[in-house]
Amino acid sequence: MRQMLLGLTALATFAAVGQAAADVNIYTTREPGLIQPLIDSFTKTTGVTVNTVFLKDGLAERVATEGESSPADILMAVDAGNLVDLVEKGVTQPIDSQVLKDAVPAQLRDENDHWFGLSYRARVIYAAKDLDISTFNYEDLSDPKWKGKVCIRSGQHPYNTALFASHIVHHGAEATETWLAGLKANLARKAAGGDRDGARDILGGICDVAVANSYYVGLMRSGKGGEEQVKWGEAIKVILPTFRDGGTQVNISGAAVAKHAPNKDDAVKFLEYLVSDEAQEIYAKANYEYPVKAGVAADPIVASFGELIVDKASLSEIVKHRKTASELVDKVGFDS
Amino acid sequence: MSALAETSLSEAIPRRAWTGWHVAAGLTAFLALLPVLTLTAEATRGSAGLWSHLAGTVLLSALADTMTLLIGVGLIAGCLGVSLAWLVTAYDFPGRRLLEWSLLLPLAVPTYIVAYAYLDILHPIGAVQGAIRWSLGYAGPRDFRLPDVRSLTGCVLLLSLVLYPYVYLTTRAMFLTQSANLCDAARTLGMPRRQLFRRVALPLARPAIAVGVSLALMEALNDVGASEFLGVRTLTVSIYTTWITRSDLAGAAQIALLLLVIVVALVSFERWARHRQGYAAGARSRPMAPVEYRGFRGAGLLVLGSLPVCLGFAVPAGYLAVEAFKRWQFAGLSPRLVDEALNTILYAGGATVLTLVAGVTAAFALRLSSGRLSPLFYRLSTIGYAMPGTVVAIGVLLVVAPFDRFIDGTAKQWFGVSTGLLFIGSGAALVYAYAVRFLAITAGSADAGLARVPRSLDDAARTLGCTAGGALRAVHLPLTRTSLSAGALLVFVDCVKELPATLLLRPLNFETFATHLYGEAARGTYEEASIAALAIVAVGILPVVVLSRIGRGA
Repeated sequence: MRQMLLGLTALATFAAVGQAAADVNIYTTREPGLIQPLIDSFTKTTGVTVNTVFLKDGLAERVATEGESSPADILMAVDAGNLVDLVEKGVTQPIDSQVLKDAVPAQLRDENDHWFGLSYRARVIYAAKDLDISTFNYEDLSDPKWKGKVCIRSGQHPYNTALFASHIVHHGAEATETWLAGLKANLARKAAGGDRDGARDILGGICDVAVANSYYVGLMRSGKGGEEQVKWGEAIKVILPTFRDGGTQVNISGAAVAKHAPNKDDAVKFLEYLVSDEAQEIYAKANYEYPVKAGVAADPIVASFGELIVDKASLSEIVKHRKTASELVDKVGFDS
Repeated sequence: MSALAETSLSEAIPRRAWTGWHVAAGLTAFLALLPVLTLTAEATRGSAGLWSHLAGTVLLSALADTMTLLIGVGLIAGCLGVSLAWLVTAYDFPGRRLLEWSLLLPLAVPTYIVAYAYLDILHPIGAVQGAIRWSLGYAGPRDFRLPDVRSLTGCVLLLSLVLYPYVYLTTRAMFLTQSANLCDAARTLGMPRRQLFRRVALPLARPAIAVGVSLALMEALNDVGASEFLGVRTLTVSIYTTWITRSDLAGAAQIALLLLVIVVALVSFERWARHRQGYAAGARSRPMAPVEYRGFRGAGLLVLGSLPVCLGFAVPAGYLAVEAFKRWQFAGLSPRLVDEALNTILYAGGATVLTLVAGVTAAFALRLSSGRLSPLFYRLSTIGYAMPGTVVAIGVLLVVAPFDRFIDGTAKQWFGVSTGLLFIGSGAALVYAYAVRFLAITAGSADAGLARVPRSLDDAARTLGCTAGGALRAVHLPLTRTSLSAGALLVFVDCVKELPATLLLRPLNFETFATHLYGEAARGTYEEASIAALAIVAVGILPVVVLSRIGRGA
């Protein structure tokens, strides 16, 4: 018994030493390599070490079950729905920072300041280079003239459920079901794979148009994904589609501060650093996204898509409909 | 007959020793079951309208897809595994020794990698279709292309290519040891050689085939990565969608439990179907004398046997090697790879040891006792393998995190220091998850191995004064070495390939090859990922080589 106590104490000391330093700990569903340059420069100027763990699914569950013992300070996620999930699970706290509020436009952050967007991306159309179109409405995706010509990833992927939820905001659930059934009938192949497969399959002659996120074009054309992907990226042209009564659907990557954050002050400092002009440019360019802060330039590849008119539906509004959207996907047998 | 032997045994053994093993097996079962219990608790929290929604929409097609996948993989991987095992034990031809162990190589290729590799290789703009179009004189992919790999058929074929070694491994071990004597006996009694396989070897190997096929099926069932690439919508994918897209963990847990019931029913049915058959070997076995083929026919056998190795290993690994080489020339090697290698080997190794000890405990307690509890403990211990990795991971999280919080809270209250998260922070939670997930493999191999040790040897050892543990060390472990190594190998490779639990339960700043691979894939830099993928495959090869040596010695 005494030995066991001694052992436990030793373990405890070891663990405590491991966590005592002034660190900021980030739990993220986004690959942390993307922000590594920013982490390095933050550590250099402030002396605060930043630790990361990249979690795929279950970030909310992990923070929630770890409770007050959790070392997590910052929770980063892609897709507004995931950030809202964090708030609904009660694992976040409001961030009181004028710097963040000034930098991030209102429709790209939580109305109660629990999460802030750090960059955003548009859900766009990749079209075969020789296709004679220059504008596109999301509603057209169900037009029979595209029969057997559309490629898209699984309808249950958050990128798609967010788009479908936006369609619900604009046209209601009933019209969205019809639209989804029409889109399903237009698919050239199974709704599967990733967004980049859309470009590859256009090059491969499987489809003429694909629904995909804007930043993949940068990743492909820049050569960051290798030579092969440059060819995919060059095989397509990008059209910024709009809803008939609105603009282009966008989604964010963002961050929240954990409810039991042990190092809250440094965590907020890090987030404030991420919306500085310098960091925004690097952050957005690292993944070819749009910076949230006005006046910061996007990467030339992204800028070449033309002027982006962000749809007026707010992210919090869209998120409310994602469950319905997901159920409609099942209902029309979108993925089968 | 075996029931009689068991009764006499339990009377002969002192009560105390029996109890110790019983308790250990009970504890193992409890720890393995705990994550499932927490999930069941989670499932009862209700999920309004989930089942009526599923029933009205995807449930039927998901069930049909799941069953097609299982039947397809079961048939193809089963036939491949059994016939290849027979090929290398019943025949001798040039290159047989090499083929014997290289047939295991596809084990080193995770399902998500084989799917990705073939999707790329067979894509309309890939080399294969390009060559076909060129030879047929078509101008571009818009004029002519092969059927898409992204289909249920494609998924069944690709999964079978990398999962047949589970059947091959277990069946070959059985052919090597058990069948030899009886095949010789059958020959003596005048059975023609060509009938040996069907009438003697195959029926005798049935338990081993059942173990192998069920391992392969559960791997297929729990796959999410390959399904995602290939667009196959199984029940596992429904679990995933319900949890991630609709944020409904309770509902996801309910579907997972349904899946578990299906698997348990299938496994129980197979056990029931052979419940009257006893499989103990009568005498010490020796290898079977294979028929020799030289020259043209020998080469033919070699080519035939090498095909699955080529398709399941050489092609995807070669593809990865080419991609990795491109990457290496472009950007060099990442220094992170060394740390990742250490993490991968250390944690997979630790988990293998733990899983092996727990598996032997469960199987040995089953052998020692005649009661109803031990079989129950044994089955409960193996339950984690029937659940998708993501679901097990969540279950383990729900068990370990509250425990960590309790320790932390107590330490703060009593000693004024925070321990942080002991189990999650140290990665112990990860090792626990691996063990829960893969215990079925070592328990199954230990059980299959022990089944071939005659009961008379137990009695002899005990008569000579051995304790149950002493007999295990002196008699059973040496005699079951081949099967145990096979089980340990499978667990090690599975831990190296494991992704969802590793992602969810790892400590801060902790990377393995698999998480690196996933990270790169998430970022879309597949070429860099190819180095990590190749490393996973390479790590998977090492134990294959080790095992081939052990197998040869036995």
